[in-house]
Amino acid sequence: MSQEAQKEKSMILQKEMIEGLFNDLANAKETGKKVCYTFVPGNLSELIRTFDMLPVYPEINALQSAMRKKSAGYIKEAEKNAHSEDVCTYVKCDVGMMMKGNIGPTGQKIPEPDILLLSYTGCFTFLKWFETLKREYPNAKVIMVHTPYQENAVMTPEMTEYMVKQFKEEVIPQMEAVTGIKYDEAKLKRHLELSRQAEDLIAKIFDTTKNKPSPIDAYFAGVYYIGPINIGFRGTQKAVDYYKELYSEILERIRLGLGPITPEGEMKEEKYRLVVEGPPNWTSFREFWKIFYDMGAVIVASSYTKVGGVYDLGWRHDPERPLEALAEYCMNCYTNLNIPQRIDLLSKCITEYSADGYVTNSIKSCNSFSAGQLGMMREIEDRLEVPVGFIESDLVDPRYFSYSNIKNRLESYFQMLEQRKMIKEEEKV
Amino acid sequence: MNKYYLGIDLGSTTSKAVIINDQDVIVGRGITNTRANYKVAADIAREEAIYDARFTLLSNKIKQDMEAKPEFKKYMADIRTVFQYQQFKRRMESLEAMLKKTVSEFTYSNKDAIVKKLDEILEIIRPQIRSEFIYGDLGSKNQFFRDIVSEKYNLEVGKIGREFYEPFMLAFDKSITPVENEMVLFNFKELVLESMTVLEEKYKGLADEQEDGSKEDWYYAELNAVKDNYKNVEFSLREHIETIAGQEIHIAKMVGTGYGRALLPFPEDCIKSEILCHAYGAHAIFPNTRTVLDIGGQDTKAIQVDSHGLVTSFHMNDRCAAGCGRYLGYIADEFGLSLNELGPEANSATKETTICSTCTVFAGAEVKELLHNGEERPNILAGLHKAIVQRAMSLIARSGGVRNEFTFTGGVARNQAVLKYVKQMVKDSYGEVTMNIHTDSIFMGALGGAMFARRNISADLPKTKTSQLAD
Repeated sequence: MSQEAQKEKSMILQKEMIEGLFNDLANAKETGKKVCYTFVPGNLSELIRTFDMLPVYPEINALQSAMRKKSAGYIKEAEKNAHSEDVCTYVKCDVGMMMKGNIGPTGQKIPEPDILLLSYTGCFTFLKWFETLKREYPNAKVIMVHTPYQENAVMTPEMTEYMVKQFKEEVIPQMEAVTGIKYDEAKLKRHLELSRQAEDLIAKIFDTTKNKPSPIDAYFAGVYYIGPINIGFRGTQKAVDYYKELYSEILERIRLGLGPITPEGEMKEEKYRLVVEGPPNWTSFREFWKIFYDMGAVIVASSYTKVGGVYDLGWRHDPERPLEALAEYCMNCYTNLNIPQRIDLLSKCITEYSADGYVTNSIKSCNSFSAGQLGMMREIEDRLEVPVGFIESDLVDPRYFSYSNIKNRLESYFQMLEQRKMIKEEEKV
Repeated sequence: MNKYYLGIDLGSTTSKAVIINDQDVIVGRGITNTRANYKVAADIAREEAIYDARFTLLSNKIKQDMEAKPEFKKYMADIRTVFQYQQFKRRMESLEAMLKKTVSEFTYSNKDAIVKKLDEILEIIRPQIRSEFIYGDLGSKNQFFRDIVSEKYNLEVGKIGREFYEPFMLAFDKSITPVENEMVLFNFKELVLESMTVLEEKYKGLADEQEDGSKEDWYYAELNAVKDNYKNVEFSLREHIETIAGQEIHIAKMVGTGYGRALLPFPEDCIKSEILCHAYGAHAIFPNTRTVLDIGGQDTKAIQVDSHGLVTSFHMNDRCAAGCGRYLGYIADEFGLSLNELGPEANSATKETTICSTCTVFAGAEVKELLHNGEERPNILAGLHKAIVQRAMSLIARSGGVRNEFTFTGGVARNQAVLKYVKQMVKDSYGEVTMNIHTDSIFMGALGGAMFARRNISADLPKTKTSQLAD
């Protein structure tokens, strides 16, 4: 980030939170804290906190490894150990990191898991991932929760009940057994109340892109903004404080009429407003971002910032229905929505945030995102007559990021947007 | 002064230039193979387009005669071929000098024999090529300098002893690049006049050809007319040649596009994406076009356009050579054929051999295996052509399918076998739709560029277009 950007208080707060977590993890053995590995979509952060456990998110570690240019080596290590070229690169990066000593982003060792908690089954790779980890960590307790897919675009009471039953009969008793701590519902409710507060703030933050210029980039900066809530701080006071600070900083940017912050300082002219579907590429994150901000393109909404929870449509964790809230949360994560729901959600973003275009970044090794992406794009194009663009890259395998190909396609796309903008303006006149 | 607009499409295999007038009518086209030096490739294409534009202007001057009298039509076609040959000849002289210089620096023990053999080879191929240009149809084969020379040269090298193979290949490789990268400017008037002398020689000695029914009637009509009346045509041309040669082809604006566009010596605002240019060019020629398929050397694009010719979405294959023109180039090499021979041979197939490989390099291995198993070469070629089109069809499907009129552009659209399969598969998948393939399909990107140039891109966007090709 730029000199000025580094002074933003929220960034300092976030850095401290992450460092604190990894410190706690490094000292878990000494402090006697249990460690729970889990995934971002459908994570039961509040329940993990209720049992005083520390969370580890393997896919977050993978993306951080990629940003630190370590993923290529880790992936090579995993492939040496018979993980196929076609396997999700988050998995291989994580497995490779583990094989190389499990050193996390802060340079400290990440402790072994006491629990492998899978609370979202929409991504089948997650199942296989934990099967692999189970072989490496035979002492870890595996807890698997089946999350029903929103096949018919609704969460029925039966679906919720089915999940709550699993929490009551499987998850909670096993957590009690591993931690030796009795389930305390009042404590869970307190965490859920804090989650609700943070979620309100997050919804407000991502809604600021309604402004012109947009004060934030909801994809490239957005992935930083969702960092705290996706790395295990949901349900904590720290998260609430962070989002309060971030929101006030953004309000100040709106007051001053400023555009988003980029690694090269403030974006001067907002030329195009886009909605992006799909995760970013992490190995060349800066280069990828630069192609956009160099062209004056700001992302006003993205699906990826919703993987850890969809708060746009008003859903919040409800402390009064603690286990039901957790169940709904799991079922309501972005990739658990059916395709028409995703189309509706993205269409709403395009309309409400006055986007000029819709871009799909299709990820080679991510089935949960890639399945249906083309159909969604077609439907959105037809429904809203918005120009659509399609690029391809990968999560954390640098071999699948081709700068020149992506730049070529995006350049064409931006030229296409420019033309259409002019036609529209002419039509207005 | 008339204003003209230039579009240059610097592709991975060929560089194309198109000049249009202020009514969007194409007045000149130029094409050359893309070489290491992009600037030279672009300059050559541009110069070619300017010569072509002068011929167009010349033809316009004698338009009535060309329409009414067969000898005018024939003469104009022939003079362009000879003009091409005159350009070829200059370059050939450079190449000969360069080959001799390269060989003189060799340290092989049989150097003297090499020098002698080189002279012999050059003495053989020089008149061969001349004759094929002037009396044959070499000029209409769309072959570039490098291809023409190497074909003849390799054939002769193959005939001499094996000990010469390596030095001769080395000599060619070392000499061709600097010659290709050299920019030679020709004097239009001088070259036209020289061409007229050559034509005089040709027509004077032309024997009566017996009508044996193998050719169309107009062929004999043109031939007889030109034999008897070429002096009249010459006379008419000489009347205009001075004016046309002296006329400035004022390029008011230009736009560069294509894979090498960033390397063109153009200002940034004169560079446009080839996707937009191809769509715009295709739409200009066929205004009802809604889907454009462009198969180029190193990428394939499926583009959807609106009624303005503006792109609404596109899909590209820019990762994998299987499905691009280069695939055909590779296959041609594998079979020792020239690119132009691929399509006709594939079209002579009795069936299409299934080619499973999705990779260009591995397709090579598969082809060898099939040949070994006794599969006929045309059938294998047909299978390979079909495979390319299947890939393109999948790209079209990804981009939203064929919605209305469909236009096929890019260098590969010149391949008759590809064309056959495209027509067939589009029909199978999308039913009866109008399919447009134009002889200028390879120039669509450059045409779109020129049209953007004329519209100054930002200031004057198209509302309605009336566009047609010059005769």
